[in-house]
Amino acid sequence: MATEKRDKEEEEVKTDDGSLKIKPRPIVQLGIFLVAHSPVFSVVFSAAGVLALLILPLLAKNTYISENALMPGSARSMLSNRDVSDGSKLVKDIKNYRLNHEGQVQKLIGKYMSEMGAEVYYQKFHPEGNQFHPLHFFSGPDSYTLLDNVSCASYGVNVAGIIRAPRGDGKESIVLVTPYDFINGGDYEALSLGITGTLFSLLARVTWLSKDIIWLVADSRYGDYRPVAAWLTEYHSPSFKDSDLLKCGELNTADKFRRAGTMAAALVLKVDGRSERFEDTLSIYAEASNGQMPNLDLINVVNYLAVHRQGFYVKVEKVVSLLSSSWLKIIGEIFEAVGKLAHTLNPDWNFGIPTADYLEGSATLASSLYSQALGIPTGPHGAFRDYQVDAITLKVSPRFPPDSKTRQHDFFLRGAKLLEGTIRSVNNLLEKFHQSFFLYLLTSPSKFISVGVYMIAFALLVASLPMVAASLYIDGCKALNNSTLNPAGNFKSWKWLDAAKQVFALHLFGLIVTLLPYFICQVPGQHSPSNRSIMWGTTSSSLLLITFATIPGCSPFSSRRHGTNWAVLKSVTISAAFIGLCLMSIINFATAEIGALLLVPTCLIVQPIKPALRSRRIKSLLGAFCSMVLLTIGFPVMLFAISKGLFGEGLVGLSLGGEFWTWLESLWAWKSATYLYIGMVHLPCWLLCLCILFHPS
Amino acid sequence: MACLVRSWIPLLFLQSFLVAIAFGSNEGEEFSEELLLKPLPDRKVLAHFHFENRAPPSNSHGRNHHLFPKAISQLVQKFRVKEMELSFTQGRWNHEHWGGFDPLSSMNAKPVGVELWAVFDVPQSQVDISWKNLTHALSGLFCASINFLESSTSYAAPTWGFGTNSDKLRYGSLPREAVCTENLTPWLKLLPCRDKDGISALMNRPSVYRGFYHSQRLHLSTVESGQEGLGSGIVLEQTLTVVIQPETTSVETNMQPSWSLSSLFGRKVVGSCVLAKSSNVYLQLEGRLGHESKNVDTEIEAHKLWMNSDFDLSLKPDRVIRESSSLLFIFDIDKSSDSEPFDLGLTWKLPSKWSCEQAPLHASRFLMGSGNERGAIAILLKATESQEKLSGRNLTTDGRCTIKANIFQIFPWYIKVYYHTLQIFVDQQQKTDSEVLKKINVSPSTDKVSSGMLEMMLELPCEVKSAAISIEYDKGFLHIDEYPPDANQGFDIPSALISFPSHHASLDFQEELSKSPLLSSFKEKSLVRSYTEVLLVPLTTPDFSMPYNVITITCTIFALYFGSLLNVLRRRIGEEERFLKSQGKKRGGLKQLLSRLTAKIRGRPIEAPSSESPAAESSFLSSKLIFKIILVAGAAAAWQYFSTDK
Repeated sequence: MATEKRDKEEEEVKTDDGSLKIKPRPIVQLGIFLVAHSPVFSVVFSAAGVLALLILPLLAKNTYISENALMPGSARSMLSNRDVSDGSKLVKDIKNYRLNHEGQVQKLIGKYMSEMGAEVYYQKFHPEGNQFHPLHFFSGPDSYTLLDNVSCASYGVNVAGIIRAPRGDGKESIVLVTPYDFINGGDYEALSLGITGTLFSLLARVTWLSKDIIWLVADSRYGDYRPVAAWLTEYHSPSFKDSDLLKCGELNTADKFRRAGTMAAALVLKVDGRSERFEDTLSIYAEASNGQMPNLDLINVVNYLAVHRQGFYVKVEKVVSLLSSSWLKIIGEIFEAVGKLAHTLNPDWNFGIPTADYLEGSATLASSLYSQALGIPTGPHGAFRDYQVDAITLKVSPRFPPDSKTRQHDFFLRGAKLLEGTIRSVNNLLEKFHQSFFLYLLTSPSKFISVGVYMIAFALLVASLPMVAASLYIDGCKALNNSTLNPAGNFKSWKWLDAAKQVFALHLFGLIVTLLPYFICQVPGQHSPSNRSIMWGTTSSSLLLITFATIPGCSPFSSRRHGTNWAVLKSVTISAAFIGLCLMSIINFATAEIGALLLVPTCLIVQPIKPALRSRRIKSLLGAFCSMVLLTIGFPVMLFAISKGLFGEGLVGLSLGGEFWTWLESLWAWKSATYLYIGMVHLPCWLLCLCILFHPS
Repeated sequence: MACLVRSWIPLLFLQSFLVAIAFGSNEGEEFSEELLLKPLPDRKVLAHFHFENRAPPSNSHGRNHHLFPKAISQLVQKFRVKEMELSFTQGRWNHEHWGGFDPLSSMNAKPVGVELWAVFDVPQSQVDISWKNLTHALSGLFCASINFLESSTSYAAPTWGFGTNSDKLRYGSLPREAVCTENLTPWLKLLPCRDKDGISALMNRPSVYRGFYHSQRLHLSTVESGQEGLGSGIVLEQTLTVVIQPETTSVETNMQPSWSLSSLFGRKVVGSCVLAKSSNVYLQLEGRLGHESKNVDTEIEAHKLWMNSDFDLSLKPDRVIRESSSLLFIFDIDKSSDSEPFDLGLTWKLPSKWSCEQAPLHASRFLMGSGNERGAIAILLKATESQEKLSGRNLTTDGRCTIKANIFQIFPWYIKVYYHTLQIFVDQQQKTDSEVLKKINVSPSTDKVSSGMLEMMLELPCEVKSAAISIEYDKGFLHIDEYPPDANQGFDIPSALISFPSHHASLDFQEELSKSPLLSSFKEKSLVRSYTEVLLVPLTTPDFSMPYNVITITCTIFALYFGSLLNVLRRRIGEEERFLKSQGKKRGGLKQLLSRLTAKIRGRPIEAPSSESPAAESSFLSSKLIFKIILVAGAAAAWQYFSTDK
């Protein structure tokens, strides 16, 4: 980037002086060359960027255990039938208790834990989740207990048991979480308690523990995430002040909260639905807020043990609709053919993979990219990432119905063995997870793409932006020099100022639009999401009109005298988009990647529509049409609708506005930086492109 | 082994006899060995070995010891140590189940790792020097890295918070020190019989280190003789506290496990150490037995005490002593021999339950906050069940009942504590400092020079349910070579010490005792104290595994810097221009080729070449060049193909 800028300056010097004094250095020459031929290079770079994204599944590497201390699977499992029968008894007890009693199953689980020799406590929490506050967007997890005037009408109760490592020093701990709905949890959910109960029975008597074990049974009546987040908040930043919540119910939880040192890792275990495959299925969820991932070693250990020791079918989420898409299949076939050809040329070139693998890989990659870009955690493990704890969610689907007793024993044994192996590996760890990757995308449970590879696509996409900006600026300056005769032309280097004003105004507008929902939420009275979105839409559009009216030269409909040269405007727009994308790539790479995929072609292709229509040449008409299409797709609401359709969530109808509002609400509730990106980078750039499209030149 | 011991015993007897003749006075050195066994409420057994070695005051010149370890006496003389305690601990003391209000726990529940404190009898200016020398000497003596306490960043000089009021006291601890047999062996070497004979023969390494907690302690104090010309006497107290889980076969969970010495340690006691003045084994049974009938004079009553419906002892105790809440059975092991080894066993017949007396407040400490920047340390004091019945409450002048609690805490310098952020909550109500804080002494840390220290005395109302203290800190940055190995684990904050100056623990024996050092030390009032957990603070840690990247980046920066510098120094613009003009013709070809190529791509007519060289020549050149490139590429591809085929 720096070189590009320097190139620009050199270019100016050259044009200003008119004559070539010194032959510029080769790197400068190269810059000049690139800028001069920017249309070609921008097309080449963008195409290469898209291609690089498409060949990512081919470049995926097999995962490997990077930290030697983990040693997964090297120890013999110590689980016995006694442990399994303990776990089965717990599940049976819970079932019976819920049939016969009304009341708190938590106490039953607490009793089980304390019989195992654990320290047990209960924690009450409020289901009220995150509130959007613009000032707290990037701040850490705040203390929710600041809420005053809480009512006892709804609250959840978590149970947690701590096994102290017999010879450990109590500095570190490993957390096991099983979300369970104590009121209407199904039979499948109870199985997760069975697995963890089995494991807990073992861990209570083993001597190899060096880290304490915490088993948290989260009250998932109000969602999976909230109880875990509440527990973590209490663990890490308790409020020592008096809380009304403690007085609710007959369960006294005051001053009973116990801790067990710094958390080394956390595992969330869920059992849901029956597996549609022959084997038991294990799904791994790892994405936390803002695309943060746990250390790859944690996933590797679980995957290794599940596949090679316990015979689970391991999968990660994928976009199912992509599996059947024909265009991707064609691309896969092309890659396969190229791979085969390369293999015949040189047997060492083995980059080709079968089409089916390619489809699987790209569907998983797309899902991985999407979940990271969305910035919403895919499970309760996301709460741990806020405290720099590596955590993943394991969702197990047994292949048998929940009431089958014989199968259940085997299932508990295998599930507990998997967890035992994982805990043993983490227990071996002297340092915290730091050896393996934190920035990666998964294309299958055992294949990953590291940051060094996947950033190439983004870099290629973005690389064309400064080139085009520079060349457009030069063109614009030339045009201005030719057209304007006013004395203001003396300030040649300030030509971009008018355009910059417009860009700045629209970015300011974007910021206001981003903050508007907070104020709309403050509007008294109950409003449906649709109404809120209409309120938002109307306020935003009226604000936009005000912006256009008050700031001269901002509007695309203003008279030509005020208007800036469109080439300069486009140049500044592209620079702004470039800066925005680069900043976003630091915060959340996946968002920047997807954003670049949308924004870069739009920014590059957009041109005033009027001259194109006037000229009536096929080429310019095609260009105008393309920019129209891209701009339509680029509208955030439209984008949302398309992504909904892609993920097979049905046709979106009239309630689109409402759904969009709910979606955005979830984004800001999770403090996703994607929300800021949409409001402060994507929307202004999209509006600027619109301005360019309707520019009266 | 037994043979060997047997053959040695007469020799040793002879030796001790000779020694006794040689010195011929009761002023001689004394050694005693004792073992206290105590079943714990959570189905574990505590074994507390206690060895005491006394050297009476005598002339320090030309002095020879015959029992007392020479290394220790030299240490005392050289560094003028007045009092010193060194402990090696592994595992955590469970204050809830193992007790927190008896002399045993307040003296032997130690923080994880190594703890050392010493009081010196030297001028104030030389205390630090003596401390540094002492750490090195002990480090060599005990095969441990105690010498790390030498650095001024790792020790502190507590004034009153530690319990001993002296300005010549130094305190330091190493939480990460791993404790193993290599520390136990030198400790055993200080005993006259080592672990060959007597009670110490029980110390089978695997069973000692299999325990849930073990703490080996060495405490020495000098006794001033008060006489002119005589040096000072030394009392060396060596204790080893082990908590072991007896192996049981019974399935019943509420039944206490039965055990014997041989099942706990895998060894039996065959005779006492002949050099010992007294060698006793005690068995302390706590709790439920205290309220039984008080007169134990008759033989039948005494018999009932050790063989009743609840439990059986395998051996008949020599004496039974009653304490306010417990029973103490005393066994003399002098009578045991090879043929009749001493193997005390306890068999429970009925399930029994009791609880240990706990300290008035249970202390726990934890870290608050997340991220690599800031955090807070919180100390939580919770009322225990035994708080109500405790005596030793203070009544202030206005008649309020209060509990005093001292908190002593050392902060390493990279934990930059903001002392003004100290917040105290009592029963969920925030209190101002003046309300509860009676005394506070703060010595802030200096970066890389000294550690910070906080001593404070809280005065809490007796009916307090919980109290919390929180203090914020910033995490500092270390220099790259200051990081310890395994830096990614985090950094330790040593345990805080919570002591209750108005509470004293002691065992209240109703009978006059024989001169047993262990029991008399229990009878003395000792300060109730408890250590909190060690904390692990994750600091920002550089990626040590990437030196290659660092080297690459550094080299690149160097190359760029020197390259441009040389460029500036060397370049002569006028010369260069002339050179370029003369070279213009040669370069023209390549430039033209490029412009032609791009022109073709853009689909525009070829611009007229600005250079003077004819077009034909340039095209000829370019076709030649292309031919060359193709030739080279083909050769490379062929080479690749054929070389890899084999």
